[in-house]
Amino acid sequence: MASLRNKEQYSVPDTAAKKAKRKVAFKSSVSPTKVDRSNPKIAAVLSLLFMGAGQLYNRQILKGLSFAALELYLLIFWTVPFQWAMWGLTTLGETPQGRDGFKIVQGDHSIFLLIEGILFLISFLLFLWFYYFNVRDAYKVAIKSQKGLKPNNAKEMFKNIWENGFPYLLLTPSIVFTAFLTILPLLFGVLIAFTNYSAPNHLAPKSLVDWVGLDTFLQLFQMKTWSATFYGVFSWTVIWAILSTVTTFFLGLVFAVILNQKGIRFKRFWRSVFILPWAIPQFVSILIMRNIFNGEFGPINRFLIDLGIINQAVPWLSDPFLAKVTLIGVNMWFGFPFWMVLMSGVLTSIDKELYEAADVDGAGSSQKFWKITMPLIMFATAPLAIMSFAGNFNNFNIIYLMTEGGPVNIDYAYAGSTDILISWIYKLTLDNNQFAVASCVSILIFIIIATFSIWNFRRTRAFKEEDMMS
Amino acid sequence: MTSMSSSRKVGNMLMYAVLIITALCVLYPVVWIVAGSLNPGDSLFSSRLIPDTLSFAHYQYLFTETDYPLWYWNTFKIAFWNMILSTVLVVTAAYAFSRFRFPGRKQGLMAMLVLQMFPSFMGMIAIYILLLQVNLLDNHWGLILVYAGGSIPFGAWLVKGYFDGIPRSLEEAAKIDGASDVTIFYKIMMPLSKPILVFIAVTNFIGPWMDFIFARLVLRSDEKKTLAVGLFEMISGRANTEFTNFAAGAVLVALPITILFFIFQDQLVNGLKAGANKG
Repeated sequence: MASLRNKEQYSVPDTAAKKAKRKVAFKSSVSPTKVDRSNPKIAAVLSLLFMGAGQLYNRQILKGLSFAALELYLLIFWTVPFQWAMWGLTTLGETPQGRDGFKIVQGDHSIFLLIEGILFLISFLLFLWFYYFNVRDAYKVAIKSQKGLKPNNAKEMFKNIWENGFPYLLLTPSIVFTAFLTILPLLFGVLIAFTNYSAPNHLAPKSLVDWVGLDTFLQLFQMKTWSATFYGVFSWTVIWAILSTVTTFFLGLVFAVILNQKGIRFKRFWRSVFILPWAIPQFVSILIMRNIFNGEFGPINRFLIDLGIINQAVPWLSDPFLAKVTLIGVNMWFGFPFWMVLMSGVLTSIDKELYEAADVDGAGSSQKFWKITMPLIMFATAPLAIMSFAGNFNNFNIIYLMTEGGPVNIDYAYAGSTDILISWIYKLTLDNNQFAVASCVSILIFIIIATFSIWNFRRTRAFKEEDMMS
Repeated sequence: MTSMSSSRKVGNMLMYAVLIITALCVLYPVVWIVAGSLNPGDSLFSSRLIPDTLSFAHYQYLFTETDYPLWYWNTFKIAFWNMILSTVLVVTAAYAFSRFRFPGRKQGLMAMLVLQMFPSFMGMIAIYILLLQVNLLDNHWGLILVYAGGSIPFGAWLVKGYFDGIPRSLEEAAKIDGASDVTIFYKIMMPLSKPILVFIAVTNFIGPWMDFIFARLVLRSDEKKTLAVGLFEMISGRANTEFTNFAAGAVLVALPITILFFIFQDQLVNGLKAGANKG
């Protein structure tokens, strides 16, 4: 615990103390400190030494006592568990599972130790934050008292908390949820990439897991089986993401333009029909499509055979190349309604005068389309297209539910021919226990998606507004 | 002049042809699955687009012989509670971020943005172990908590953006009249942000009907399953001998969700648009 306290003293109040010095110097020159008033510096230092001490010095008895009680409680009951957790986090356990005759003697469970370690670390950071708050509070109250203001009593304090703490009160449930269900799992997922947690030799609880630094990343890029799979799957993922975005985008555009033509009748009817693929729950329609393109019994093959166009069944989903084509085709079915609806909205909002002006200048209809319609549509939908690219990059559902990554590819480790990165990760973790590699790939996906999203986001209005506000 | 109108006529014909062909492509899977569910046989092979005789046996089978009604109820329950919980979490967080300036606000917003970009699978193992530790594995509440936790980052950004668009003068006037933060929240903000609330509620209600990954991870036993998992397992078997039962099941899932979609069509389109623009 001694080392722990040292850490707190060094890391937290650095800036606060500096500010304190500056402000104290300024204050004391204006009004010399009187004996019955608190000195902010002393209050801050006292609070730093022991939580609540500064508050007691400021004569805020209830607050000081409850702060002190909190630290005492944590010191007495949580020092040993904390040290244990930190030991677990750094070593990931030292005793492997052993055998005593036929009985299994439980060793350390590295993965539980890791999660426990992260939990303690998060709690410790929250505690540090609170500690910082405690020092700042002691200092601020002391400043007030120098100005001759009486420190708040308990009742005023609660009132104050209710008024200024309202946003925190609103945020608390979300913070708790995010911390435990999003941040903690992600942190764990990231850390796993730097261990050797994987089948067959490093699976908890049977054997120990160790920190290996960047070894797993090196393996992914250098070991033949892994790198071949990674580059193969990665290039298909990129091709898939680009083609599936571009095809749906332009198909949507075509139908938006057609439905926006003057001569077309029953517009509402067409629109309602075309919107169906978007409205039907996707997993249902993917499973339906899977059956329609079934290589042996599927209706498409039977229909083509009956017509005499083909002699034998087309392997829609079991030929590596054809499966990819089918996936992109089927994705068009799912994807175009969204763009159609969106672009119809853009088209109807374009100012008619633009076209009239173009008519006066003698522009043809194709010129009008490429010079007026297209730029405006691109401008309005570009951010969405980029987000859609990111979405397709990680479109697990369509790949997994259609082909389950298949057909089998013998050159790949744990992946099929149509697997994209995300479905490969799924197979690595859930079916094959290759957690370390899966985690490395996840981190790479994150880097790619993050680059796109941030670049996209920086250009949008929301970000600029946000910057201006604060 | 005549050549002009005749070329336009050809153009129109062409367009109608495109429209009709596309409509057939769009409708074919829909008609085919409905027909499949009414086919008397069992397998995909014997299924006909126009069945010789109509049979409701598969629907009957689903309700009497399988756990289908139970899956339906499970999914509905999870969807309902996820809708409530997510909406509350998202709206409270968004309100705090939109209307208050407090230390940590910018960092919080940035953190939520970054969190959205991690593949959701990354946390799967940890979530599994966590739920195991607190005894929520194979439990609907475990799944609801996972969904609700995951919906916060995206939803809060979206709703915050909407809240930012509501003028502050209304609240300031109410504050002068002595209204508290809580009253302002319920009496002014909530009624004004109805469209975005509908969007958040509907998307979170629909989510569990579609999700396959986490449902499969968390729910283990047969009687706890949701529809997505149950239906997938029905046809992922090699022989596809349950095809027509699957078809009936699929129709029963798709129907309410599709209707829901058409009812809330405008909100969904606008919400998605806003979502992309707000990051």
